[in-house]
Amino acid sequence: MTVVSDIPETESWFHRNQQKIAPWLFLAPGILFFAVYVIAPIFQSFNLSLYEWDGLGKAEYVGLSNYEQLYWEYVDRDAFFISLKNNVIWLVMYLLAIPAGLFIALFLNQTVRGIRIYKSLFFFPFVISQVVVGLVFSWFYDPNFGLLNTMLGWINLGPINVLGNENLVTYGIIIAGLWPQTAYCMILYLTGLNAVDPEQIEAGRLDGAKGLRMLWHIILPQLRPATFIAFVVTIIGALRSFDLVSIMTEGGPFGSSRVLAYYMFEVALSEYGFRMGYGAAIAVVLFLIMMVFIAYFLWSMYREEKGH
Amino acid sequence: MLSKIKTTAAVAAVVSSFAVPASAELSGDLTIFLDTSNPAPRATMEAMIGRFGEKHPDLNIETTVIDREAYKTQIRNFLTANAPDVATWYAANRMRPYVEAGLFEDVSDLYAEPAMAEGLASTKGALTIDDKQWGVAYTYYQWGVYYRKDIFAELGLSEPKTWDEEKANCAKIVESGRACYTIGTKYLWTAGGWFDYMNMRTNGFDFHMDLAAGKVAWTDERVKQTFMNWKELIDMGGFVADHQTYSWQEALPFMVKGEAAAYLMGNFAVAPLREAGLTDDQLDFYQFPMINPDVALSEDAPTDTFHIPANAKNKEAAREFLRFATSAEEQTIINNGKNLGQLPVNAGSSVDDDKFLQQGFKMLSTNSTGGVAQFWDRDAPAEMAKASMEGFQEFMVKPGELDKILAKLERARGRIYK
Repeated sequence: MTVVSDIPETESWFHRNQQKIAPWLFLAPGILFFAVYVIAPIFQSFNLSLYEWDGLGKAEYVGLSNYEQLYWEYVDRDAFFISLKNNVIWLVMYLLAIPAGLFIALFLNQTVRGIRIYKSLFFFPFVISQVVVGLVFSWFYDPNFGLLNTMLGWINLGPINVLGNENLVTYGIIIAGLWPQTAYCMILYLTGLNAVDPEQIEAGRLDGAKGLRMLWHIILPQLRPATFIAFVVTIIGALRSFDLVSIMTEGGPFGSSRVLAYYMFEVALSEYGFRMGYGAAIAVVLFLIMMVFIAYFLWSMYREEKGH
Repeated sequence: MLSKIKTTAAVAAVVSSFAVPASAELSGDLTIFLDTSNPAPRATMEAMIGRFGEKHPDLNIETTVIDREAYKTQIRNFLTANAPDVATWYAANRMRPYVEAGLFEDVSDLYAEPAMAEGLASTKGALTIDDKQWGVAYTYYQWGVYYRKDIFAELGLSEPKTWDEEKANCAKIVESGRACYTIGTKYLWTAGGWFDYMNMRTNGFDFHMDLAAGKVAWTDERVKQTFMNWKELIDMGGFVADHQTYSWQEALPFMVKGEAAAYLMGNFAVAPLREAGLTDDQLDFYQFPMINPDVALSEDAPTDTFHIPANAKNKEAAREFLRFATSAEEQTIINNGKNLGQLPVNAGSSVDDDKFLQQGFKMLSTNSTGGVAQFWDRDAPAEMAKASMEGFQEFMVKPGELDKILAKLERARGRIYK
């Protein structure tokens, strides 16, 4: 009798709830760091965007006036408008990496001697640093000695100064960005293609599917997970485009290649900046735009999980 | 022992003859942060600190050299968190945020000492905010037009003194298939230099400073006149094409190869031009020509400075270092052609024999009666400097958009100066 009644007493609270607690214990470091280094700064930025602060003196509460200034910059077609417009261009153009990556992946998905070398060569731009990509393309575009103008010269065109022309500059930078991003999408699709079911292809072939119809109806549906990830990384990549802008043009000429991320840096942290509150306000706007996409992705992932 | 007493007495005698407060025995630590990261300035500074250390053997000096660009952002952190005893920076408006945040020590007492008062009078103004001095200058350099003498000789041109001569020269240079001026505006500030000269020559020094201080509208007719003068050069093809893509260094080859005849630049451009193979027979200097005969000539002469952070620990040693660095003797050494190759700030120092330094010194001391400006991005508040220099670059590419650009700058002015 005594033994039976003793058991619940000797078994500690931790022992009884081990199953429930263990996952939280393992998650704790991650949650802690995520909360301190990601969640908290988000709210700090929200808060900071209501102040005017040069990073040195006392922060002065200004309410929504930073946002009001952003609004007027938008109305006047000033820096904020240009950054926002360029971000939209980035978003749309950057998505070209997905079909381009798919195309290269399909092209490379064959068994030829040395195919691994070709695959690594195509993947190469993703491995090298964005800084190097930026420099390589700046030289490529250089109006004096750049390869682009040399090649245009062969067909009696040009010269054009891509990075010095306010209408071309953003596209020029995006093309530089597409180079590594295409490689990234290619890898995603290559792994996806490995998982394509050969029996379904066989069945499709028996039913007379070929070429594009085969691709559209048999292959692509099976590549959906890869496409989804490619979309996510490309859209997030487009929104946080910063390094290439910084290296290739510093937002120039006369600010026409700015994007929100770069503008935020410029206002808050660059040589002529140090308007922390204003920078935070831009960051908040960028965050909200990203939030739209992230929320959509999370929602569709959630739906997917539930469906299974 | 005796000899030591003797030297101390001798030092005391020398010191008292200059009426400098005696602080013969310095001890403890002295930390110095420098932004002179290029090889030559770095060696110069380290050698100077070495000489200072020899004089004060009990002082433990620690020098940290930080990359010049990185320094511009790091200074904000280290002034508040981990202040050195001496830090380099720039004069005029560039030091204002730190002065106003109470991060620089008031060193007016140094300027009250007769030796400094006499020696450093010329740069005192650049270091004065609210009637107090916040640091000392250690070097400065002239701006002006560096030109290819051989090309001028080939075309039969002489150094222009007036705007009409300048335009006539430029027309001939363009006719010969060259650009009058090389420039690289990718990093914007070079266009700020042009604006400084165009505006100071058109409207004078005081107007220029009022504009930098936000007291004049950008849409003012006088400002417009500055740009119209500038436009004359742009319209005749006076500047190299695609300059918005180049840094100032990338613009040098145009001059070296003879595709452009001149460069409006600071004296630091001379060294790379010489290294690229131009001899002193090919390279010469003239003062930016007069435009409006009614205004006195004024010049850009950016000044680099030493400051004592308010949170410094060894301010006594720091003050002694500032005295040392600005002394006539040290100024002569560190600014000579083998070291910084710039102009000494102390009136008692001698200027190097280099022909550009000699011409620059003469120009600044005798022919710059209107005043001496620091540079557009040091005279105007940072935010306005950025917005306006972007406008200057846009104007140089699309001069037809002037009204739109000025309207934009006027909006920025309304926002920035409150």
